[in-house]
Amino acid sequence: MKAPLNWLREYVDIALSPKELAKRLTMSGTEVKGIETIGGWENIVVGQVVAIEPHPHAARLKLATIDLRGECLRSVCGASNLEMGQKVAFARIGAPLIDPQSGEPVRLERAKIRGIASEGMICSERELGISDRHEGIMVLPPDAPLGVPLNDYLGDAIFDLDITPNRPDCLSIIGIAREVAALTGKSVCLPETRYDEPGELIERKVSVEIADPDLCPRYCASLITDVKVAPSPPWMEQRLLACGMRPINNIVDVTNYVMLEYGQPLHAFDYERLAPKRIIVRRAGDESITTLDGVERMLQSDMLVIADGEGPVAIAGVMGGSGSEVTEETTSVLIESANFNSVSIRRTAARLKLRSEASLRFEKGISPELTMLALKRATQLMAELSGGKIARGIIDVYSGKKEAKPIALSTKQVERILGIKIGLEKMMKVLCSLGFDCQTVSTEELSIAIPYWRTDVRLAEDLVEEIARIIGYDELPITLPSGALPQYEADPMRAIRERASDILAGCGIQEVITYSLISLEVSRKVVLNSGLTPLKIANPITTEQEYLRTTLRPGLLEALSANEKHEEGSIRLFEVGKVYLPREGNLPEERQMLAGVLSGPRLDRSWHGEGEVLDFFDVKGVLETLFERLGVEASFEPVNDELFNPGRVARIMLWGEELGIIGELHPRMAEGFDISRPVYLFEINLEKLLPTTIAPRKYRPIPRFPATLRDIALVMDGEVAAKRVQDIIQSFPLVAKVALFDVYTGEQVPQGKKSLAFRILYQSPSRTLTDEEVNKEQERILERLHRELGAALRA
Amino acid sequence: MIEKLDEIKSNAIDELSSLQSIKELEDWRVRYLGKKSALTQILRGLASRPLEERKAVGASANELKSLLERSHRQKKEALKEKAYQEMEAAAVGKQIISPTGIPSEEKFGIPTVFLGIPDVTLPGRPIPLGRLHPTTQMVREICDIFVALGFQVVEGPEVEWDYYNFEALNIPPDHPARDMWATLWIDTKSGERPMLLRTHTSPMQIRVMERTTPPVRVVVPGKVYRYEATDATHESMFYQIEGLAVDKNITLADLKGTLYEFARRLFGAERKVRFRCDYFPFVEPGVEMAIDCMVCGGTGCRLCSGTGWIEILGAGMVHPAVLRRVNYDPEIYTGFAFGLGLERMSMLRYGVEDIRLFYSNDLRFLRQF
Ligand SMILES: [Zn+2]
Repeated sequence: MKAPLNWLREYVDIALSPKELAKRLTMSGTEVKGIETIGGWENIVVGQVVAIEPHPHAARLKLATIDLRGECLRSVCGASNLEMGQKVAFARIGAPLIDPQSGEPVRLERAKIRGIASEGMICSERELGISDRHEGIMVLPPDAPLGVPLNDYLGDAIFDLDITPNRPDCLSIIGIAREVAALTGKSVCLPETRYDEPGELIERKVSVEIADPDLCPRYCASLITDVKVAPSPPWMEQRLLACGMRPINNIVDVTNYVMLEYGQPLHAFDYERLAPKRIIVRRAGDESITTLDGVERMLQSDMLVIADGEGPVAIAGVMGGSGSEVTEETTSVLIESANFNSVSIRRTAARLKLRSEASLRFEKGISPELTMLALKRATQLMAELSGGKIARGIIDVYSGKKEAKPIALSTKQVERILGIKIGLEKMMKVLCSLGFDCQTVSTEELSIAIPYWRTDVRLAEDLVEEIARIIGYDELPITLPSGALPQYEADPMRAIRERASDILAGCGIQEVITYSLISLEVSRKVVLNSGLTPLKIANPITTEQEYLRTTLRPGLLEALSANEKHEEGSIRLFEVGKVYLPREGNLPEERQMLAGVLSGPRLDRSWHGEGEVLDFFDVKGVLETLFERLGVEASFEPVNDELFNPGRVARIMLWGEELGIIGELHPRMAEGFDISRPVYLFEINLEKLLPTTIAPRKYRPIPRFPATLRDIALVMDGEVAAKRVQDIIQSFPLVAKVALFDVYTGEQVPQGKKSLAFRILYQSPSRTLTDEEVNKEQERILERLHRELGAALRA
Repeated sequence: MIEKLDEIKSNAIDELSSLQSIKELEDWRVRYLGKKSALTQILRGLASRPLEERKAVGASANELKSLLERSHRQKKEALKEKAYQEMEAAAVGKQIISPTGIPSEEKFGIPTVFLGIPDVTLPGRPIPLGRLHPTTQMVREICDIFVALGFQVVEGPEVEWDYYNFEALNIPPDHPARDMWATLWIDTKSGERPMLLRTHTSPMQIRVMERTTPPVRVVVPGKVYRYEATDATHESMFYQIEGLAVDKNITLADLKGTLYEFARRLFGAERKVRFRCDYFPFVEPGVEMAIDCMVCGGTGCRLCSGTGWIEILGAGMVHPAVLRRVNYDPEIYTGFAFGLGLERMSMLRYGVEDIRLFYSNDLRFLRQF
């Protein structure tokens, strides 16, 4: 909403500077986003044309003598609308102007035009930067003060205001004037609307019927005959332009002007083009209407229309129809000022994708009381500007005024919310300044009647806000909540997520956060043959972000691919985030996952040499570190998965359940993301790790008795998994720890065989082991390894 | 026997003074103090001797043993010190001859020393570096501030019912305030409950109150989504932190105090804070908080659009209709709520000018945090 300062001044005295006023408005809830200054017209004054002579050397030019109050200057002028007695904006030599051709700022220079010296220039609106009009000179109203600088006469500051949806009353100059008045201790003075009604009785000319009073609580109409449609006077056009509306003619402009002034949308019908004598406000049938913007629109049965005897002539509260539009031929105008149901208007405007200045006001819920006030103002102005004759009376169909009940407000309630005692006097003063009617009930309580324009105020809390915002939030004290702290509830999922992230970052992996929304195409690249249909967005912004991810893989692979373009060394990324798994008839399961992708050299190239390329065991080592730190013993099992390079993939098992997967991505998959080098990927279901945070860790005493170390090398078939050997050794009671330290295949062992070397730590918690005991245990181990796995001690 | 001890003594001391290395010293120790040394033999043999002799010889032999041990210790210290001094002397004035220096052979049994001096300006061996995403860091930092103020951190679903995202927050269908949150809707079958991507973290106000009896003090970090064309200041996915405190006697002054403390901890104690009236349907009175512009200090610049103030969060006293919705009696309880955009905090803190950098995951950006 734009509000010119000069327009506001018509209703309230303003002594503050625009900047100070903007600050107070902003602080109290009416945010001023910017102030546009109109003016900067140095050396331009209001003058009057006192003589016009022909130019001796040019038929199309004239010599005008301009009176600047006591001083007369001559100007060469080519404008066709130049007339004797006109008040004009006269630029002296040196005045800054806008070049009408280029739009660039220029200074007016002394010049001879076809041999005659011009001592200044009569300006067009375009030259003054007021509008784009350059067809003729700008003609000022007859009462423009002679000799006064144009800055003082037309200069203005236009506030650009952000009106919150609860304050439709502030979508009007008068509404903002009321705010200004309350903030500055002034009062508001509304325009007087008194006029003669010389015409015929309106009821003889037209009837109004409301078929659906729920959707249209009130409909007022007046009629003006014998109008002459013409451009509006400059003052009105300038105000409309300043508020961002395009002037059209003196009929339409008045409806817009009064809407801006009062916040009540109005509509003007060409009375002659209405199928005579009838206005019906009803729901649309199976019909269509061509609106003022020239678009034919199909209507639906829950949309409210204004119809005449034949069919719809306007979509109520949204836009008029072109069939009854006011044109230059119009002679009689029916002015509509009505109140419509806010929800109905909002739905209709949304359905038709047609949001107008009118619908934006109606949908926020404005008062039915406004209709009559605005209608009278518009009738008066329109008759004045168009020379029309006002029909006698006003049609007012009103289903009944709903009186808002007064609200009780005590000093205690105010203190309870604001944390500061505010006296009854002060409360009254603030509320009265906003137009509330306060009655004292007791020394501590008021009964407050709500003015009709404040449709947003319904509760005592609303009144508390009114008091606080006018006094100023900065005036309230600063304290901290004093009550007891709520009972603490741990969030194990957050704890495990943070621990896992810290560990992985410590392992040299960068955390990323990728979009939850992905394209179906990219989702299909990484989720094969899954019966799962991801959740779809009904109104996606782009197809790139149309489905909710069911895996973290695509986001990570895309991030890796994008970074590969400029990264020289290794790229190691992980993400901790949710995937969204649809559930019938319910919100999806939002499962917390952890995934990572790694690619490139193990060590970045440096003078210490270049590391080898990362392999499966680098990534596995990271996960083992993670599990070790989390205190869980997960195991890795070979698995088949088409997404991965065959054989270079393992599923991760924990407590008999699948925890996740790790492997080298199949080159086909990598290429799908435009990645050329080997990529290792892991994905873990974090929720499966939750029990680790719940089970408390138990301390185990440090062993008190010395340990015995033995190294053994075993030869066995190549297919035997090292894990099986290790598990068997570990299962013996005297074995405290076993570590694989060498794997060998080659000439030293038979074809198809391999050698695994283990270091075994023997230890007892209760005594020092003798060599003999250790030897016996090791023999038992070897015997079992031989029996179960065919493993033999390497010669 | 005593003569024998004297002889051992004089031989041992003589030899000791001429020793030049730790190795020689070790041989000496074995010779005179080892298990097979004459002295040890004598001490062992004492048990079978008559008491008189045991006393006389025993005392002398033990005296000699401790003398030799002491001498050994001293000689060892002296030899080590000599080796260190040689190493230091070798280093002084030496050119850099190799990047790491040349290790000498083990000398005097002390750890390997370097003959040359390594070029210490050479880079160290690279260790891969991982960091947390700037948003994760900011979430943790802000949560930590509120935890210190007695709040608990809770989280909630990102895919929500219309009910929690709007209706229960005093924003019924067709309410004009719905325009404040451009919504991404989930494609559901007609007739099903409307489901959406939450447009703010505020639905958790309702979920938390539904399952808790006051007092409540929580902060809720999480992803939110908007139907929004992206540009330097708009993203379709971003993070918010919601805050909620409900109890008897919670006031707007408490809201101010809590948020004032938060702003000073996050942006520095010298920051000024401004509270103004604003509108959100689920609070009354509504509040917007701004801090004074860190770029211009309040005189007005591009960052603050010339106002000198930077809006950082929306807040207010929980609307009575919202309290009633979760069966909290607004006559007994009051509360405040607030919500802030995470990325905006990071952008202000680090001077980041384009919000899209956060989730495009360019390592050249992420590595800066
Ligand atoms: Zn600034």
